[in-house]
Amino acid sequence: MTGGGPLTGPALTTGMGAGGDSPSQPAPASGAMVTPTTGVVTGTFWRRFTLRRPLAALIIQRLGLSVGLLFAVSLMIFGGVEALPGDFATTYLGQSATPQAVENIRKDLGLDKPLTERYLNWLGGAVKGDFGTSWASKNSVSEQIGKRLGNSLFLAFFAALISVPLAVALGMLAVQYRNRLPDKIINVISLAAISLPEFFVGYLLILFFAVQLGVATFPATVYDSMGFGERLSAIALPVATLVLVVLAHMMRMTRAAILNVMSSAYVETAELKGLSAFRIIAKHAAPNAVAPVINVIALNLAYLVVGVVVVEVVFVYPGMGQYMVDAVTVRDMPVVQACGLIFAAFYIFLNMAADILAILANPRLRHPR
Amino acid sequence: MPDLLSVKNLKIEATSYPPGEPPKTVTLVENVSFDVQKGKVLGLIGESGAGKSTIGLSALAYGRGGAAITGGQVLLNGKDILTLGRDGVRTIRGCKVCYVAQSAAAAFNPAHKLGDQVIEAALRHKIMSRPEAEKRALYLFKVLGLPNPETFGDRYPHQVSGGQLQRAMTAMALCPNPELIVFDEPTTALDVTTQIDVLAAIKHAIEETHTAALYITHDLAVVAQISDDIMVLRHGKTVEYGTTKQIIEAPNQDYTRALVSVRQTKREEARDQSNTLLNIEHVSAGYANGFKVLHDVSMHLPKGQTLAIVGESGSGKSTLARVITGLLPPQEGKITFDGKELPRALSGRTKDELRRVQMIYQMADTAMNPRQTVRDIIGRPISFYYGLHGAKKTERVRQLLDQIEMGDRFLDRYPAELSGGQKQRVAIARALAAKPELILCDEPTSALDPLVAEGILNLLMKLQEETAVSYVFITHDIAIVRAIADSVAVMHRGKLVRFGPKSKVLSPPFDDYTDLLLKSVPEMELGWLEKVLTTRRMESAGN
Amino acid sequence: MRLSSIPFSAWVGIAGITLALFCALFAPWIAPYGERDVVGDIWLPMGGDFLLGTDNLGRDLLSRLIFGARTTIFVALAATVISFSLGMLLSFTAAVTGGFVDQLFSRFNDLMMAIPTLIFALVVLAVLPQQLWILILVMAVLDSTRVFRIGRAVALDVAVMEFVEAARLRGEGTSWIIFREILPNTLSPLLAEFGLRFAFSILFLSTLSFLGLGIQPPAADWGGMVKDNKDGIIFGISAALVPGGAIAGLAICVNLVVDWLMKRTSSLKGGRGDA
Repeated sequence: MTGGGPLTGPALTTGMGAGGDSPSQPAPASGAMVTPTTGVVTGTFWRRFTLRRPLAALIIQRLGLSVGLLFAVSLMIFGGVEALPGDFATTYLGQSATPQAVENIRKDLGLDKPLTERYLNWLGGAVKGDFGTSWASKNSVSEQIGKRLGNSLFLAFFAALISVPLAVALGMLAVQYRNRLPDKIINVISLAAISLPEFFVGYLLILFFAVQLGVATFPATVYDSMGFGERLSAIALPVATLVLVVLAHMMRMTRAAILNVMSSAYVETAELKGLSAFRIIAKHAAPNAVAPVINVIALNLAYLVVGVVVVEVVFVYPGMGQYMVDAVTVRDMPVVQACGLIFAAFYIFLNMAADILAILANPRLRHPR
Repeated sequence: MPDLLSVKNLKIEATSYPPGEPPKTVTLVENVSFDVQKGKVLGLIGESGAGKSTIGLSALAYGRGGAAITGGQVLLNGKDILTLGRDGVRTIRGCKVCYVAQSAAAAFNPAHKLGDQVIEAALRHKIMSRPEAEKRALYLFKVLGLPNPETFGDRYPHQVSGGQLQRAMTAMALCPNPELIVFDEPTTALDVTTQIDVLAAIKHAIEETHTAALYITHDLAVVAQISDDIMVLRHGKTVEYGTTKQIIEAPNQDYTRALVSVRQTKREEARDQSNTLLNIEHVSAGYANGFKVLHDVSMHLPKGQTLAIVGESGSGKSTLARVITGLLPPQEGKITFDGKELPRALSGRTKDELRRVQMIYQMADTAMNPRQTVRDIIGRPISFYYGLHGAKKTERVRQLLDQIEMGDRFLDRYPAELSGGQKQRVAIARALAAKPELILCDEPTSALDPLVAEGILNLLMKLQEETAVSYVFITHDIAIVRAIADSVAVMHRGKLVRFGPKSKVLSPPFDDYTDLLLKSVPEMELGWLEKVLTTRRMESAGN
Repeated sequence: MRLSSIPFSAWVGIAGITLALFCALFAPWIAPYGERDVVGDIWLPMGGDFLLGTDNLGRDLLSRLIFGARTTIFVALAATVISFSLGMLLSFTAAVTGGFVDQLFSRFNDLMMAIPTLIFALVVLAVLPQQLWILILVMAVLDSTRVFRIGRAVALDVAVMEFVEAARLRGEGTSWIIFREILPNTLSPLLAEFGLRFAFSILFLSTLSFLGLGIQPPAADWGGMVKDNKDGIIFGISAALVPGGAIAGLAICVNLVVDWLMKRTSSLKGGRGDA
């Protein structure tokens, strides 16, 4: 992962600026931030910092890892795609390609330049938010993505808003009635729910609510001049689908996380102190259960980001997912690469958030010896 | 005087729900009765599965796991706490009766400061105000001999040592001024030299606060130091119940007598020091990260004899075993076996070199593949080293089973179908099957109950007489050293402190560490703890 | 192991899987019509000559469903078997060898897993030619990252046990240690994992086909059938839900069996011989 430093630097500008501005923060930031794992800035300074501030050190390490991963992912998405067999120019022109036309189109698309140069150009552009021009529509990819990314996030946000509290509540309910009827019912239903494909749930909802009852709209089209309320009613069904899909997973994981804490020895100690059930849960179980539960939520939000792809196709919703699938069918590579990178970035970011929250919630790290 | 706690005809059952099968109910405790007076200590003693923890928790009307109290009465100040109901029981727990768990490390909440957890019960039950409780906590920290008592409460559980946590747990139990404390093996997880400090602190604190206690342990010598009465339990039933003096000095039952006299046998050491089998010269070893565990260790072992390596956790005794086996190649020094230098690493050794050194582990459970039968486990070295198959192999396995005093009927059993002692015997047979010259025994008896352990030790001694095999016996238990060793090596923090024939090593003049170690081992003798503490105080006064 | 110890839910799962396998194996004999034959009007309702109605081109839905079982199960199973072999081979090698090999494999695996599976598949399938074996291979490689992670964890759990150390001290070779000492102790969790991966493969293949990137028409497969018939939904025609239900049903059945296997694993303390 050499070269990770300079290339990935800009992504961290805000963090580094803050670190550099305040003199009280010993410059851990800039240099060490990006490359603690690569070993470029090791030596006594980093080791001393790790001992003195293990929490900060771990978080910086995790941030660095994510940046490195993102960089490696960009390499894979670009380089890996190029390395695979299949000539785009030929694909682009279809069966009627004459050698001359292929040559022209290669020059047109910039495919005649060396691979590294194209990669650096692409990455440099991507960091600035410029993903080039779509082969199919000749429009700017960034412009298209800008609008659609907002739509996708709108959808994912409301799905999260409903599913997270619901999942946590159901998980706690299952723990409360562990091994009794409500728990068993929740277990069987959630087991079935994680086996349902997104499109099946989606069409089932459409058939029932939009076609038979006529209470919801299909397809879920949104456009610029739409009011907020209209938008909400347009996305009701896709949100419901996403919630159903992600809820079961999140609930099962929440249940497991809480059960794990409730069966610990310190909860038994609290019980043997004669504390009330409420105090045991609020004071002794909750502080230790919050971290794993937040972790569960972050992981499932990462899953949600991917789940939008299928749901958008089902509901003909103008978001990133549908854009990417359309681009894949016509092999519009700039769009595919841009969408791939953005989806991967969200996924990596949420996974990182999950890890960092887990680190933050660990009292052993918060209060070093 | 009226009894503080009076338990009558206690019956405790546990129900388990194996998937796909009807629920199973097992009786854990049956027909157990005892009384505890104010300010007195009752010791509950027995091997694992005797139901002693289960009985202890019944004083808080609590059943762990699937256990439930199904019969009898638990009277506290004449009132049956089993009939109090969910909320009524809360007025007992953490208020009148408190609990000290075996593993304080797990029993403290990692998210809160020690001080807050210590005073929590006193505050919640409105026994004292916050300043009063804090004052009492400080007093208890002092009584229990905790370092920096003023600031001790500001620390988090992971910031203090195991011995300190165990004392903090005792402080937590004493804080609300309870009438009774249940101590559940509070020193079992600690090293001997730490155990004696914690034991002394608990005893001192109990006397100071006039609190009654149930003291649960598997170590009769420990309970003899602290309790007024003792109840011996086995398989959930009472074996014998009497005063400490009577139980220790004049036991009525065979089982109790066996417990009292366990490991009183002392073997004469062999004098012949020629004919060296194993020679360890200036060995240093450590791990890849640069952390050094062994520093310049040298010792030797004659043929057909036993070398006991004794030390506490972190002394490097198990690491030395790994070095001898070649699992951890030494950084410096060499190991000679039967006059020839052993290759440092496992991969460099020949099959015959491997055959001549075998190993027995502490946990027989994990040392045997649970998917293989006894026949496969013992048979593998026979076919691997000697190429025997079929009837000849089976014949040899039968012979070995005979040697370890187990019969043919165990041939096709899986490890899960054997008891702890039987598993360890099979592990011994597996080692013997290779016809080794040296067997490394890494605490082979410390996970076993005393009587079972005794049997294993006797078996090992018998086998040594029959086959002239040598043992390197790693242990933390001085009593075992006395019983079986010819020569002894004492290790402390990766260094060899003392080495020589048993008679020399275990008699004065001592170095400081060996002295501390020997004095810390509880003896089956009334007043032993006081005696040790007095000599200690005199010594520190003399210094 | 006694048959009576298998819970009801697992029986339901086993029955469902058996039915699907039966359809897949004997499709040409039990299907009332041909896979690609146009036999009637489009989107005929259920009942009459066509038990489940007809599809968007007038083909018999039941026949396509039965033939579709063949494609769906074959592709999903092939992908799972390959991904499992690949993942197990690499993970056990990494766990037993340790050191540099382990680090290399594990870090590369982390990288592969940093990209969501579906997104990864979309990017790769955008470039590669649309052929069945390529599809199977892509699914297998992507899924093998999950198998690798589980396999390595399970193998490491067992590899640090003392009986493995004892075998090493005896001088046993690597293959004995893997096949005789470690593998028998990891069968139960790995069997459950195989089921889980199979269920995931069914869903994943169906999703790809539904997006038009999986199995190409006119071959019948359940995901593709949903795509073919999805436009009927607006007119209240439920033809798309039939193959969708089949996918869901099969996945649920597999999960029910997996659920039972996992519970059984966790209750098998010490692992008595269950043969």
